[in-house]
Amino acid sequence: MSSRITGEQRSATATLRRAFEVSPGLREGLLAVAFLALLAAAGRVVVPIAVQITLDEGLTADEGPRTGFVLTTVGVCAVAVLATAWVTYRMNYRLYRSTEAGLATLRVKAFRRVHDLSASALGAERRGDLVARVTADVDQFSTFLQFGGMFLVSLCQLGVGSVVMFVYSWQLALMVWVLFIPLALVLPALQRRLSRAYGRVRARGGDMLAATGEAVVGAAVIHAYNAGDLIGRRIDTAVEEHRRAQSRAQRLVAVTLSSGEVAAALAIGGVVSLGVLLGVGGQLTAGELVAFLFLVTLFIGPAQMSTEVLNELQNALAGWRRALAVVDTPIDVADPGPAGTALERGPVEVRFEDVGYAYPDGPQALHEVSVHIEPRSRVAVVGETGSGKSTFAKLLIRLADPTSGRVALGGVPLTDVPFASLRERVVMVPQDGFLFDTTIGENIVYGRPGATADDVERALHELGLEDWLAGLARGLDTPVGQRGEALSAGERQLVALARAYLADPDLLVLDEATSAVDPATEQRLQRALESAMRGRTAVSVAHRLSTAEAADRVLVFDGGRIVQQGSHDELIAQPGRYAKLYEAWMTATGTAGTR
Amino acid sequence: MSATDRSTLRRGMGVLSVAVREEPWIFCAALLASGLYGVAPVATSWTLGRITEDVVLPAFDEGRTTAGALIGAGLAIFGVAMLRVIGVIGRRVGAGIMQFRLQATYRRKIAHRYLRLPISWHQRHPAGQLLSNVNADVEAAWAPVVPLPTAIGVVVMLGAAIVSMLTVDPVIASVSLLVFPSIGLLNVFYQRKLTPLAAHAQGLRARASDIAHESFDGALVVKTLGLEEHETSRMADAAARLRDANVAVGRTRGRFDPMLDMLPNLGILTVLAVGTLRLSAGAVTIGELVQVSYLFTMIAFPVRAFGWVLAELPRSTVGWSRVRHVLDAEGDLPTGELRLSDAGPISLDTRGVSYAYDGATVLHDVTLAVGPGRTVAIVGPTGSGKSTLAALMVRLVDPAEGDVLMDGVDAREMRSGEVPSAVAFVPQETLLFDDMVRGNVLLGLDLPDERVWEALEAVWVADVVRGLPQGLDTRVGERGAILSGGQRQRIALARALVRRPRLLVLDDATSSIDPYVESRILGGLRGARVPSTLVLVAYRQATIALADHVVYVERGRVVDSGTHDELRARCAGYRTLVTAYEHEEEQSAEITDGRTA
Repeated sequence: MSSRITGEQRSATATLRRAFEVSPGLREGLLAVAFLALLAAAGRVVVPIAVQITLDEGLTADEGPRTGFVLTTVGVCAVAVLATAWVTYRMNYRLYRSTEAGLATLRVKAFRRVHDLSASALGAERRGDLVARVTADVDQFSTFLQFGGMFLVSLCQLGVGSVVMFVYSWQLALMVWVLFIPLALVLPALQRRLSRAYGRVRARGGDMLAATGEAVVGAAVIHAYNAGDLIGRRIDTAVEEHRRAQSRAQRLVAVTLSSGEVAAALAIGGVVSLGVLLGVGGQLTAGELVAFLFLVTLFIGPAQMSTEVLNELQNALAGWRRALAVVDTPIDVADPGPAGTALERGPVEVRFEDVGYAYPDGPQALHEVSVHIEPRSRVAVVGETGSGKSTFAKLLIRLADPTSGRVALGGVPLTDVPFASLRERVVMVPQDGFLFDTTIGENIVYGRPGATADDVERALHELGLEDWLAGLARGLDTPVGQRGEALSAGERQLVALARAYLADPDLLVLDEATSAVDPATEQRLQRALESAMRGRTAVSVAHRLSTAEAADRVLVFDGGRIVQQGSHDELIAQPGRYAKLYEAWMTATGTAGTR
Repeated sequence: MSATDRSTLRRGMGVLSVAVREEPWIFCAALLASGLYGVAPVATSWTLGRITEDVVLPAFDEGRTTAGALIGAGLAIFGVAMLRVIGVIGRRVGAGIMQFRLQATYRRKIAHRYLRLPISWHQRHPAGQLLSNVNADVEAAWAPVVPLPTAIGVVVMLGAAIVSMLTVDPVIASVSLLVFPSIGLLNVFYQRKLTPLAAHAQGLRARASDIAHESFDGALVVKTLGLEEHETSRMADAAARLRDANVAVGRTRGRFDPMLDMLPNLGILTVLAVGTLRLSAGAVTIGELVQVSYLFTMIAFPVRAFGWVLAELPRSTVGWSRVRHVLDAEGDLPTGELRLSDAGPISLDTRGVSYAYDGATVLHDVTLAVGPGRTVAIVGPTGSGKSTLAALMVRLVDPAEGDVLMDGVDAREMRSGEVPSAVAFVPQETLLFDDMVRGNVLLGLDLPDERVWEALEAVWVADVVRGLPQGLDTRVGERGAILSGGQRQRIALARALVRRPRLLVLDDATSSIDPYVESRILGGLRGARVPSTLVLVAYRQATIALADHVVYVERGRVVDSGTHDELRARCAGYRTLVTAYEHEEEQSAEITDGRTA
């Protein structure tokens, strides 16, 4: 499946324009920041000018050193230097404040948009990539900004410094510029090679982590098979490759750095020689020459940095662009909101009318499915992997919209039901019982925010899970670990089931929700659910046919169609898909022989 | 400086001394280059002063100069500037090489430690932490290595600068004695203010990332329970706190950076003022004044390098202590000198074995005997200690109490490598390495391809492998990504079979395999040319049916053992577990009957 997130080809100006729209706070005070940056840059040429004035007017004057004049000049300039520091601080602060506020807005909007995308749109994205878009990509700009104030002033300094240089001597200024032009031509090429080299460092770093990761994750296998030497050699190679890539990048850095430094050395030497020549011709004073040398140092730094800064800026903008692209991804399964029709409380009736569904860029998963599920009935959905049974469940709770036909609950088309109402009435327990990194109790409360510990315990009791709870050393306070990984897969499913049960839905959809619990527990759960869900509608996508046996009605899926439906006993009596599935299942569980 | 700062400084210096001892020659080279870098500004400003005095001023006064003076002045300035270039490059490259080598050395050391440390140690340390030890912590530990030569170069620079100024004029030099320590102090103060703020922001950044990770991972649950608002407010809260932290960092930076820029500028202005007075007194020349002012502009920035080293130290010491935690970890499984007898299936006995995990005892006094060539199934509900028992049987861990005997020999007295050479184990969670199919089956063994195919045939996956683009040479991807769960499990089984083990322990290792294929595979095992003792951890009745003998465990204790039929007859827990489906059937039959009645 291809990603739906597009719009990453936006130009820099389009990115900025869109950024201002998404985060209106950004625009505030950016003009002021630009003005302050210019002031701050102007403040930096105060010292060279002071040196020039002191030398020319104060020290080499015909009547000898003019102490009073020098002290006055120095005093005025000192005030200017202090003012510059203050202006720079104000600029920095304003810059951080408005951009960070803008980035926070962007982060939250992008985050929200991810949750508003449909399950199938999300399925096309790599999770890590989505996370990066709302975190690392936004952070990249934030990090850039931490130095950004300095960069901004530096770039202004390049301009202001040049102007002052041209005022003192256009010949010298021209020479400095000419010396730096080759650099300006060479540096971008070097910069590109550098970023490629660093790309390789990152890639080799990833390999290195993957290799060492095997030593961690595969510890049991490695010990059991005495494979430490083999894996060790592989890790050594990956570590060495990473180091080599680092060294190669480092060599390029050295070349880049030295080209700038050599240009600077040439510029200073050239200024001295040419400056003296100009001075002899009466076109330059001694003070101007010395001031020029100060100006050249002010010029060199930003000039060397500028390509790197522009490169960083590109990266930072790229990050911003990636985050904006999330915000601009169209919502494919939209919430009708208050304009929709809320469902009434009470048993739910479900109607599928000629429903077809095809995954984006994928094959047709459902064909013309029409079925009516009575209120209060218990329906089992069976079929092989890929038969369309999970897709059926997805459409039922509107994780996706049908590509043809429609699904209605209690006569209301699903697309008209506000999400708030839908999620309150209809709850699904997916196969992978994902848990949040907190305690068992809090995870269950997610089902009905505001529920008390008593409510949770009652729910577990009604599901017949109090034995399991009693066996946990810390009971409801047991931490579940990241994604619930501190619990076994079966225990995760128990928590997910309790969570859904606490939500007290009118329609409960179970998508292979008990596949990982042991058979005895599963059976207990099933009986508990049966009594607890009495009077409500329940749809179970089943992997064990024991579920189908207990249901009022079984829907048999094959190739995206309902090929059989009826009660277990009816279906078993006729030749067909169900009878075959049942036979295979009997063999697997070993119950065939004991009957 | 507080006591904690002092101890951080002391420990930080300790880490740096380790770095120097590890890479003494490169450090020396970097140090030499730094020395050059330190002397260069002094040389440059001194040369500039001389040129101002001897070339510039006379030429401007007299309105003429010589070509020799012009070229000489230019070359002199260019020459000393090149000294600086060599210093800068040498220091940067030297420090980089040193850092990379240290990182590589310690990454290897840590990874090899991981490979040696026992499973019990691995169980106590989450994978994320161990990966961060080898990655971020190693990086943090050696981060100060990069600015270290610079900082030392700066010491040289300051010394040379002060000497050069003192030779000019003690009064003017006193200005520098005022300005440079202020820059240094301000910078130390700055770093101390900034470090906790930056660490705080870093922590909040990680927090925001955790929330996004978790929330997106659980997107389906968020959707199905309608938790979007809840999650968004969680993120908005984290984003707001991160924003405030970033602004706080920026504000501190924004306040100190201009001050650090300002100090040398004020210094130059003071030098001009004081210098003019001294010039009137005839104590200095104009050239000397230029020299001192220029020196100020050149060394204002490098002085900050001190702060950089200090800033990296706290992170470095934390990283280093985590690295040491791994390198100093003990608990390698002891080995002896004994060997197993030569051939044939191994008998396995556990005697009064118990095992605790994180303070909670998961196995109590387990005694059982598996005769050579026998097939034994271990059955029990989720969390009853079956997997721990399996790990003990193949000596992935040692029991807290009791003994595990193989052919009557205590596993702890066997020589190193002896157990893996005769015993194979397939864990519950299959792990394939990012290697070819062949490499994954052999895991370092040197066997001909026929043996690999034979093993693949035995687990019914040979056809799948033949269908892969490069057959045995196909890379399976990270964690075996190109294969399905059942295929991965079969490759893991082949890995065990290719060794023709004399004891094979399967920990629910066929759960993703079709029951029919499973029974063919396990049946094949029993009839194999090289007979083996077989221990199966299992749920399915079909699997259990293969065993001669069944051990039923519950809450870490052996409750009963015997044949399947015996246990079914006399052990209630066992009966409930293995006959759950049957039970269900009978019940639903009753319900159906009731309804029809």
